[in-house]
Amino acid sequence: MKQVIVLNVNGDPYTVAVNPWQTLNEVLREDINLTGVKIGCGSGDCGACTVLVDGRAVSSCLSLAIEMEGKQIMTVEGMAPSGETLHPIQEAFIEKGAIQCGFCTSGMEISALHLLNHNPSPTDTEIREALSGNLCRCTGYTKIVEAVTVAGQKMKDASERKPS
Amino acid sequence: MRLFHFDYDAPTTVKEAIDLLQSKGAGARVMAGGTDLLIKMRHAGLKPSAIISVKQIPGLNTIAFDKTKGLIIGATALLADVANHPDILRHYPTVAQAARGTANAQVRNMGTVVGNLCNASPSADNAPTLLAMGAEVHIQGPAGARTLPLDQFFKGPGVTALDPFEIVTAVHVPIPAQHSGTAYISLSARGKLDCTAVGAGIMLTLNGRVCEDLRLFISACGPTPIRARKAEEIIRGKELSADAVDKAGAEASWETKPITDVRASADYRSKMVAVLTRRVLMEAHKSALERSYK
Repeated sequence: MKQVIVLNVNGDPYTVAVNPWQTLNEVLREDINLTGVKIGCGSGDCGACTVLVDGRAVSSCLSLAIEMEGKQIMTVEGMAPSGETLHPIQEAFIEKGAIQCGFCTSGMEISALHLLNHNPSPTDTEIREALSGNLCRCTGYTKIVEAVTVAGQKMKDASERKPS
Repeated sequence: MRLFHFDYDAPTTVKEAIDLLQSKGAGARVMAGGTDLLIKMRHAGLKPSAIISVKQIPGLNTIAFDKTKGLIIGATALLADVANHPDILRHYPTVAQAARGTANAQVRNMGTVVGNLCNASPSADNAPTLLAMGAEVHIQGPAGARTLPLDQFFKGPGVTALDPFEIVTAVHVPIPAQHSGTAYISLSARGKLDCTAVGAGIMLTLNGRVCEDLRLFISACGPTPIRARKAEEIIRGKELSADAVDKAGAEASWETKPITDVRASADYRSKMVAVLTRRVLMEAHKSALERSYK
């Protein structure tokens, strides 16, 4: 039987009726139309479906939607501050050519955000470790690692510019 | 691919969870992080009629360290939290290392150490170290609570000593002896991400320079993690020597019964059991010496 729950996604509440067997990924894509969240392997190996739940990077394909009530969910759609301005991570991915086919990008960027929120100046090894649950079938890893390094610098500069 | 339909309950007490397990019948499954269960449902044809999530039970995610009682890791404590917990990093570094080496960041933010044990995969990353350290599982069921040494918990691939309506509420790790050292090394195809193809975990206790006691467990080379008792005997009661380390490696290789599968061949596994045994022996010995002279 369907249960009506409120999902808090990218700061907005969405009232959805879900079956227990629906994953967070299905509900985000099909009920809330947030198709930036991808689905790859469906078994937690590829990272294309990565979202933040209460600030932690998780696989939305292995999360049941019914367990997500009351949690803060963030998808790639919630990263940019406005329709005109991109998030520094997104800017860096474009500048560094870290996007090829683009299928892994939203998951990569969410994992990068999770990393940079906890560690603003990661080493290359730390970046590779943090992104090791995200596969890029185009194999453009070097550019992605460069982009995350640049993004970390951009985020630090932005926070230093902010009047405190 | 969609999940097969099931009932879902999220009880808020262990007793309620046990009652639900009984009332929902044989098709019910307990779920913590879900990172093994949902994969088995999607890719291995498992079709539970009911899922009982234990994540809403308050206190079950506890990680508690006490200088006399040791470490308690609750059933829903996340792998990521065990990997980063300051008390675990300080007093049980190999327990933290094994949790950190399990799967990838996303799975560690969802999955649990106790879930990794209850899934009872012979390759479970968190099992060898906990077995070597003499951990025990806290179990609750219709008949009450009981404690079982972890080395009596694994019965086969996916099979544990749990009775049908029992739930593991925590794993307890005793305080390691003062002059002891631990180590865990695993090999897998994709860095540390893929399921472990061979693993070895050890605790070694020194008395002066003599290896007074040790517990060595090999994973992914049999239906459960296997204790390499004959290899232990080669080391026990002696000072560690290069010759003894080599002999123990060879002996551990004889004691395990690897198969060939998608992750590695039996032959490779057998060779690697010897290599990993040598490495964990030397690593644990080194860390025991360092602790002794602190």
